[in-house]
Amino acid sequence: MTDLKHEVIEETLGQSLIKQGITRRTFVKFCTTVASAMALPPAAAQAMADTLSKAQRQSVIWLSFQECTGCTESITRSHKPSLESLIFDFVSLDYHHTLQAASGEAAEKAREQAMEKHHGKYILIVDGSIPMKDGGVYSTIAGITNLDMLKQVAAGAAAIVSVGTCAAYGGLPHADPNPTGAVAVSDIIKDKPIINIPGCPPIPVVITGVLAHVLTFGIPELDEHGRPKVFYGDTIHDRCYRRPFYDKGLFAKGFDDEGARKGWCLYEVGCKGPVTYNACATTKWNNGTSFPIQSGHGCIGCSEPDFWDKGGFYKALPQGSWGTAEGIAAAAAVGAAMGIGAAAMSKTHQKSGDS
Amino acid sequence: MSLLEFARGPGLEWSLIILVLGVFWRLLGTLLLRKKQDFSQAKQEATAGGAVRTVFNRFWPKPQFTLKISFTLFMAYVMHVGLFVVVFFYAPHILVIEDMTGLSWPGLPSGMIMFAGAATIASMIALLVRRMTNPVLRTISTFGDYAAWLVTLLPVLTGLMAHAHMLEPYETMLALHMLSVELLFVWFPFSKLMHGVLFIPSRAQLGAAFERRGVKI
Repeated sequence: MTDLKHEVIEETLGQSLIKQGITRRTFVKFCTTVASAMALPPAAAQAMADTLSKAQRQSVIWLSFQECTGCTESITRSHKPSLESLIFDFVSLDYHHTLQAASGEAAEKAREQAMEKHHGKYILIVDGSIPMKDGGVYSTIAGITNLDMLKQVAAGAAAIVSVGTCAAYGGLPHADPNPTGAVAVSDIIKDKPIINIPGCPPIPVVITGVLAHVLTFGIPELDEHGRPKVFYGDTIHDRCYRRPFYDKGLFAKGFDDEGARKGWCLYEVGCKGPVTYNACATTKWNNGTSFPIQSGHGCIGCSEPDFWDKGGFYKALPQGSWGTAEGIAAAAAVGAAMGIGAAAMSKTHQKSGDS
Repeated sequence: MSLLEFARGPGLEWSLIILVLGVFWRLLGTLLLRKKQDFSQAKQEATAGGAVRTVFNRFWPKPQFTLKISFTLFMAYVMHVGLFVVVFFYAPHILVIEDMTGLSWPGLPSGMIMFAGAATIASMIALLVRRMTNPVLRTISTFGDYAAWLVTLLPVLTGLMAHAHMLEPYETMLALHMLSVELLFVWFPFSKLMHGVLFIPSRAQLGAAFERRGVKI
């Protein structure tokens, strides 16, 4: 069994795809789609196709920690099977406890074998945050805490890809009051290259695109939050089709008013598009069908660190935590008292000057 | 806590507290000062009407001065009207005011706001050049004059830059804009910017004094 698996891995990707009946044409089309999604020059698609077809299938270990499986749902939710599902032909997904057939000890053995065989070469994909409180007991797999498993697997990884906001920044489990002490992968692992693909969940083509980039050209250029700039370089607001309404000052004031029906800008009903970096407005969801703003709801900023704790989803962006009316009233009262005091002191001084 | 979170949260809260505290302190501290007794004989009685009238008729100079100060007058009007339009008619600003007071009104298109903002900056630069080149003005100008100019200019400049996405990332620019506004809030009560409030009692007091002396107001 082990030898068979070894053979599959040593076969080049091109050979493997031919065996599975995937034509060169379909393969090049995939590379072109991925390259154009990342705004790479046309020649890059060909280079990607050449590199990938000669490469061996990359061993990938996918660890799911404190998560909702939404990220896995996203990557598998493909309406064009020839596109996103191809990623499963590119890589040898040696461990993924949601998708793999094996269970129990056999599943863990597959992970250990992959770790041993491809030590220093495999890619580790993580979705979900890691609970740290009380020794990490709040999430365990096969009796091993997420923290221990991450440290173990990360030690032999060539690179780590944190898929989803939970793995990238702690996400929902990290939200105040963070009962499990959840943290991001980058809070624990400091000595490996980490690529963050945040989103709740991330867009399927962004996940596959970044993986294709890693396989062909290596680690893409990242922003200050560890996100690939090719997909996270612009804000939703920059690329939003409703942007002209923002510029004209036409805003929906509610979700059922005239502005909402006319498709005006959702800024005033809490859209976080101006401060959210992601590709939703360009690649869209469900095979390019739509994205949240197109279906009438503002962006909630799910690809940003701590998005859950940045005020309400329906609170307009400029509306800050300015304090309370009581606080301002107290300031006015103290100010008035200081003013009266200052005037009284001045009067006393003036009077003593008169005499 | 990111820079934007600081600017939107504690930065805004504390700058508002300092603004309100400072304005009440200075306003009451000035209004309640001992009135100087005037022993001269009043030519006519000073009235509240005269005081209020002076508050408004000083918005425009007497005809004999209009031409002479036309440059300053024009630029000052462009600056103040531009600032008023930008502050009170830009949709995100209205949202902030609505958040604090519950009051709301329609905003203006971004293009008009950009124009008003650019006109404000242009007029402020023109007024600064005049201040620095006119020998008399230059002599009487103090640090307070230049500081007030800069503290007023920064929010307009950073606001325009944030709106135009001139410096990335946007949220850093937005945070800088909010911080510059917070600097203005803190600086306002303790500087010449306080004229935004004090112009009313000072004109009224002057109007009353002039009326008592029989000056036509």
